[in-house]
Amino acid sequence: MSWVSDLVNAISLGVVYGLVAVSVGLVFGVLRQVNLAQGEVIALGAYSLWMTRGLPVAASIAICCVVCVAMSLAIQVAIFRPLRGASALTTLIVTFGLSYALEAVWLIAFGPNGEPVSMLSSLNSVVLGGSIALRWITLVEIGASGLFFTGLVLILYRSKIGMMMRATAEDFQTARLVGVRIDRVVTWAFVFGGLSAALVAVLVTVQSPLVTPSFGFNLIVIGLVGVVLGGIDRLGRATAGGFVVGFVNSLLGAVVPEQQLVFLPMLTFLFVIVILVLRPAGLFTPRGSIVERV
Amino acid sequence: MNPLLRLDDLRVTYGRVVAVKSVTLEVNEGQAVCLVGPNGAGKSSTLLAVMGAVRSRGDVLLRGTSTRGLRPEALAHLGVAMVPEGRHLFQTMSVQDNLSLGTLARRQGKRARIDERWVTELFPIIGQFASRRAGLLSGGQQQQVAIARALLSDPDLILLDEPSLGLSPVAVDAVFEVLERIRGVGVAILLVEQRAQRAIRFCERSYVLSDGEIRLEVTGGAVEDPQAVVEAYFGR
Repeated sequence: MSWVSDLVNAISLGVVYGLVAVSVGLVFGVLRQVNLAQGEVIALGAYSLWMTRGLPVAASIAICCVVCVAMSLAIQVAIFRPLRGASALTTLIVTFGLSYALEAVWLIAFGPNGEPVSMLSSLNSVVLGGSIALRWITLVEIGASGLFFTGLVLILYRSKIGMMMRATAEDFQTARLVGVRIDRVVTWAFVFGGLSAALVAVLVTVQSPLVTPSFGFNLIVIGLVGVVLGGIDRLGRATAGGFVVGFVNSLLGAVVPEQQLVFLPMLTFLFVIVILVLRPAGLFTPRGSIVERV
Repeated sequence: MNPLLRLDDLRVTYGRVVAVKSVTLEVNEGQAVCLVGPNGAGKSSTLLAVMGAVRSRGDVLLRGTSTRGLRPEALAHLGVAMVPEGRHLFQTMSVQDNLSLGTLARRQGKRARIDERWVTELFPIIGQFASRRAGLLSGGQQQQVAIARALLSDPDLILLDEPSLGLSPVAVDAVFEVLERIRGVGVAILLVEQRAQRAIRFCERSYVLSDGEIRLEVTGGAVEDPQAVVEAYFGR
């Protein structure tokens, strides 16, 4: 019955990368620009959990949310607002540089060895004994992510700000012409991106408690690969892409012998390469929806 | 009394390309004014400059106040609505969502001239297809939704960029009937059209634009010298 636990574990890693994809995809949706520094938002959220380890868990998580949203908004004001209208490549390079710089800051501030976050460690206990080895955190990841995705969908499809975000994502210029206050929409995209980053920070630190300077960058690279795999131009497809990469990565991890796990990233990227060669616009983007350039 | 809209030596350039060299014109409250001219004359660029959607020189005055530096969303909230060329509906969203977005720029405290009921009466299809994805409508239906969306902001001035483009003769007639109704409730119209004769007949004042400059002004909807219009149209 180990395949059941492998499957559930794969789903749980999939939804975590789905969350990472959402945090990138929300901003990309409205601005058509990628925020590679989003990984550092996750990292700072994780470090904030370590810094507030003496506080009650609820307070620690609340502070993590505030820190992630504040940093997300700071990146918007300092980087994305001045660069609005710049090419997507420019923003990509700038946020890539910012990510490297912040990783160095974490290295100086917290050291290279990492800090252990012992919050909610009881969630790492086993739910069921025997052949189905499931941990509580696996189920919590699926449940919490499910709630987040449901809430986000409700906001996007049932609220005024959600409607404005969808309009902006579809046609930025026309959204402005009809009176959508773009700055407000962009701000909300960064707020939701910050909140999803906070949720990732909490879930991942419970499962893998050691927070190192490269904690966020590792997550964002795989998450971004998922975004491209799914189809970067639609939030739903990007999220599904994040899920698929996490899911496949976890399943491969269960199949590959332990001494060969060093090859796991290679196998995951091989899967991604094959998919993108076959479907360049993304796994979930309908065929024929892109203009071919030869 | 200030005109509702005044363009003062408006110029628009895209890099080294000069789209509008010099346009000076006025639109008064409740008046229909049109810009006619061939492709590339600078008509659409003029409208986009009025909305603050492209950078321009010269001045745009709304009720006597310069709109310099204002963004399109700010102009929308000041009572200027635009129906862009090609309709630009939000294709993946429902007709109802498109219309709801149109109400975002309604001004609080202003006595409403246009409400949802008036618009639904003007365009019965929007009630019929409210839940349908906008991208699934025909060109003529999309044009109706695009105009309805602009009207739902209850504007003082509506800018229409080629509303009859690509429509059948019957649909073109319907568009001009709608424009007549809009003017009838006191909304000023700045219309860009390639159907010069039809537009000039409809509007109180018309400007013939060629190579980014106004070559001729026609008032009263009557073309006294058709040859002069043709020459201005082709920039002779």
